[in-house]
Amino acid sequence: MRLLIALALVLGLAGLAYLAGRARGNRMVTVAGGRIGAVHSRPVYHGAYVAVLALAPALVVLAAWGFVSETLIEGQVLGSLAGAQRPASGNDSEALMNEVRGLVNGDLPQAFNPLAPRLAPVYAAARSNGDMLAGALAVALLSMGGLWGWSRLRPDFRARNRVETQVRALLLLASVVAILATFGIVLSLIFESIRFFQLVSPVEFLTGLHWSPQTAIRADQVGSTGAFGAVPLFWGTIFIGAIIAMAVAIPLGLMSAIYLTQYADPRLRRWLKPILELLAGVPTVVYGFFAALTIAPLVRSFAVSLGMTNASSDSALAAGLVMGVMIIPFVSSMADDALAAVPSAMRDGSLAMGATPSETVKKVMVPAALPGIMGGVLLAVSRAIGETMIVVMAAGLAANLTANPFSSVTTVTTQIVALLTGDQEFDSAKTLSAFALGLVLFVMTLILNIYALAVVKRYREAYE
Amino acid sequence: MATLAATPASGTPIAERQPTDWTTPAMAARIAARYRAERNFRVAGAAALMIAASFLAFLLFTIVRDGSTGFQRSEARIEVQFDAATLGVDPAAVSGSKGAGPQGQAVLARADYQALLLKAAAQLGPADDTLSDAAWMELRAVLMDDPALLGQRTILWVPVRSSIDLLAKGKYDMTAPAESRGVSDREVSDWRWLAREGRLRTGLNTTFLFGADSTEPELAGIGGAALGSLLTLAVTIAIAFPLGVFSAVWLEEFAPKGWLADIIELSINNLAAVPSIIFGLLGLAFFLNFAGMPRSAPLVGGITLALMTMPVIVIAARVAIKAVPPSIRDAALAIGASPIQVVFHHVLPLALPGIMTGTIIGVGRALGETAPLLLIGMRAFVTDVPQGFTSPATVLPMQVFLWSDDVQRGFVEKTSAAIMVLMVILIAMNSVAIYLRNRFERRW
Repeated sequence: MRLLIALALVLGLAGLAYLAGRARGNRMVTVAGGRIGAVHSRPVYHGAYVAVLALAPALVVLAAWGFVSETLIEGQVLGSLAGAQRPASGNDSEALMNEVRGLVNGDLPQAFNPLAPRLAPVYAAARSNGDMLAGALAVALLSMGGLWGWSRLRPDFRARNRVETQVRALLLLASVVAILATFGIVLSLIFESIRFFQLVSPVEFLTGLHWSPQTAIRADQVGSTGAFGAVPLFWGTIFIGAIIAMAVAIPLGLMSAIYLTQYADPRLRRWLKPILELLAGVPTVVYGFFAALTIAPLVRSFAVSLGMTNASSDSALAAGLVMGVMIIPFVSSMADDALAAVPSAMRDGSLAMGATPSETVKKVMVPAALPGIMGGVLLAVSRAIGETMIVVMAAGLAANLTANPFSSVTTVTTQIVALLTGDQEFDSAKTLSAFALGLVLFVMTLILNIYALAVVKRYREAYE
Repeated sequence: MATLAATPASGTPIAERQPTDWTTPAMAARIAARYRAERNFRVAGAAALMIAASFLAFLLFTIVRDGSTGFQRSEARIEVQFDAATLGVDPAAVSGSKGAGPQGQAVLARADYQALLLKAAAQLGPADDTLSDAAWMELRAVLMDDPALLGQRTILWVPVRSSIDLLAKGKYDMTAPAESRGVSDREVSDWRWLAREGRLRTGLNTTFLFGADSTEPELAGIGGAALGSLLTLAVTIAIAFPLGVFSAVWLEEFAPKGWLADIIELSINNLAAVPSIIFGLLGLAFFLNFAGMPRSAPLVGGITLALMTMPVIVIAARVAIKAVPPSIRDAALAIGASPIQVVFHHVLPLALPGIMTGTIIGVGRALGETAPLLLIGMRAFVTDVPQGFTSPATVLPMQVFLWSDDVQRGFVEKTSAAIMVLMVILIAMNSVAIYLRNRFERRW
C-alpha cells in the first residue's frame, strides 16, 4: 500500500518535471520569436526528456525495493530473535511471518504464536524505516535526474532524438521480457529438478515402473522412501492425450475440415465455423466438470453393461473422450490450413479427369496435404499432453500401467497438481518430483512443437 | 503429370483403344458404387460436424439444465417480532435519529439475531429446522435497513436449507427408495408441510450473485470470485498489453536482423506453446519461493497469467502491424516524421483494432485459465470478497473447480450456475472481439 503511495508520488513528481521541461521549451520558442527551426525539438519532447530522466532511476529504486523488501525485512525480524527461539524450519518461519504480517495489517485480531505479538512492532518499524528510506532515495534520484535534464535544455538540444532513443530502449526492454520469462521457466525447472535428482536417480525416475510419491513423515515408518518411477505417468499421459484423444479428434477434426472446405455452402460455413470455434473457447475447467459429472458415469455404466465388474469411475476413456472433443477445432483448423495450401491446380486437375470430389479429397488433396496435417496433429498432441484441468478432474490418481481404457490411469499434469497442492515441505522429494515432471513435460512439448512447426514450414515451402 | 500421360492405362497404345462403353452393367455398377462412396463420404463429413456440434449442445444443455435454478432460491415465510429483549438491544440506543447513525448501526450489527430466528422458527411447527444459517443475516439486514422495525412485527421471506431448496426445485428423484435418494424422510416431510401451508416461494438468489464462498451451498456465492477474477485480469492486462504491443512494435519495425531478434522470436513462440501448468511451476518456484510474494494473491496470479497472455498479444499485434501497408509509413517518412513518430502516430492507430481483438481473445483465455493458478495457491477458501491485490482471493474458474470437488448435492447446481456466468462473460468478450474485427478491419 505504501509502495503504491510512493509510486503515485513519484509519478506525480515526474509529471511536474514534464511540465517544467515543456514550459522551458515553450519559453525558448517564444524567445526565438516562434521562428520554425529556431528550436530543434518541439516543447513536448523537452518535457518528455526531463520526465524520463527523472522517472527512470526512481522507478528502478522502487521496483528493486518492492522486490527484495519482504526478504530483507523478514531476515531483520527473525534476526531480532535469540537463536533458540528462531523457528526451526522454513515452513514455521513462514507461518510466523504470516501471523506477524496479519497483526501489523490488522487482518488478524489475535496471534496464535506467542512470538508474533513481540515481533509485530519490530516488523512495523523495519517496514516503515525501509519504505521511508527507499522513498527518500527515489525522490532524491528523481530530483537529481530531473534537474540535470532540465539544465541541459537549449534551443539546439536534440530532445526529440534523445526521447526517441529512450523509447526504442523501452521497446527493446519489453521484448527482452519474453527471453527472461523463458529463461525463468527453464532455470526454475532445471534448478528444482537438479535438487530432485540429488535425491532420486534420473535413471530410476525415467525408467522405473512404480510411482508412489507418498513419503512418510517420519523416517522409520513403512514406505518412507517413496517410489519415483515415472513410466506409468508417461504412459497415462500418452494413453489419454495421444491415443484416446487423438482417436476422437483426428477423424472428427479432419472430416469437419474437409466438409467445411469442400462441401458446405458458404452460408452454412458461416454458421458452423463459429460453433466449432466456440468448442475451443470453452474453459478447460468446464470440460473437466462435464467429463467428471456427466461423461464418466456414462462410460462407467457402459463398461458395466459390457460385463466389466471393476470399471473405474475415473476412467481414462472419459477424460480422453472429452479432451478429444476439446482438440477437434484445433485439428480442424490446422487441417483447414493444410488443405487450403494444396495448389488448386491439383484439385482442378483431378476433378477434370472425372474423379468425384471425395476421390479428389482422398486420393489427391489429403496425400498432398499430409505433411501439413501431420504437423497439425503433432501440435494437437502437444496441446493434449499439457492439458491439465480435464485430467485433474476426470482422470484418477492411481498410477496404473494398463491399456484398458475403462481403468484409471494418471498423467504427468494430474500428478504435478496433486503433488503441489496441499501443505508440504518444499524440500521433500515428493514436492521436488513435480518439477522434474514439469521439466519432462516442457521438453516433450518443446520437441513436439519445434518438430511440428518445422514439418509445417517445409510443407508450405514445397507448394510456394 | 508427365508420367501419368506416358503410362498406357491397360497396356495397349492409346490410339488402338476403344472408347469406354458406359452402358455395360459392370460400368453402371461401378459408377453407382463411386457415387455411393461420394455420398457416404459427404455424409461422414456432415456427421463429424454434427457430432462435434451435438457434443457442444449436450454440454450447454446439461449446464443450463443443472445451473439455471442456481440463480433462484427457495424462501420460507415467517413472521418476525423484532423483540428488543431477545435481540439484547437497548431500545434507547437505537431510537430516533440514532438508529441510522453509526453507533446505532453498530449496536444493531452486534445484536443476537440467532436467538430471534430460533423464536420465529417455532411458528414453522414440525418444519422448524428448515431455515438456512443465512436467515439471521437476512433479519439483520432488514433491521439495520429500517431500525424503526424494532419492537414491530413483520412478515419476512428468508432462505431455507439447501436440502429443502433442492426438494422444492425437484432436484431429487422421489421415485427412488428412501435410502438412495440422498435426502432424509424428515426433510421430505418438512418440505411437504411448508409447501402445503403455502409458506414456500422462489426468489432471486442475490447471495449467489454477490456473496463469497461458503461451506453451505445456499450461502455460497460467486461475487468474491468474480471480483478476484477482475483484480487478477486487471494485473494481467496492465502488464501483458503494453509489453505485448511494445514487443510487437520492436520486432516488426525496429529489430535489426540478427541473433537478438531471433532469440526473442523463438522465446515468444515457445511461450505461446508451453502448457499453461508450466507457468504455474514458474510462479511457484520464482514468484512465491524465490521472490517471497504472497500466496493466493491476485497480483501473483495476474503476473503469471500475463506471461501466458503476452505471446498471444504479440502474435496478434505483429499480424495487425504487418497488415498496415508500407505506403502509410513511406508517406509519413517522406514528410519528415521520424521512425518513432511513424509508428506511434500512424501505424499503431491503424493496427489498433487488430491488436484489441488479439488482446480480448488472450484475456478471455486468461479468464478461463485454472491450472497455473492452482499451483500458486489461488484455490484458497475465501469467505470474503478480496480486499486488494495482495490479499487472498480466488477466481471464477477456480470457484468452479472448488465447488465441483464438493460432495454436497447443492453445489452441483451452484457449479453449473457459476459456469453459466463464466461462459456468458466469455461469449460476450468474444462477441466484442468479433465485432471489433468486423467493424474496424480495413482492406487496403
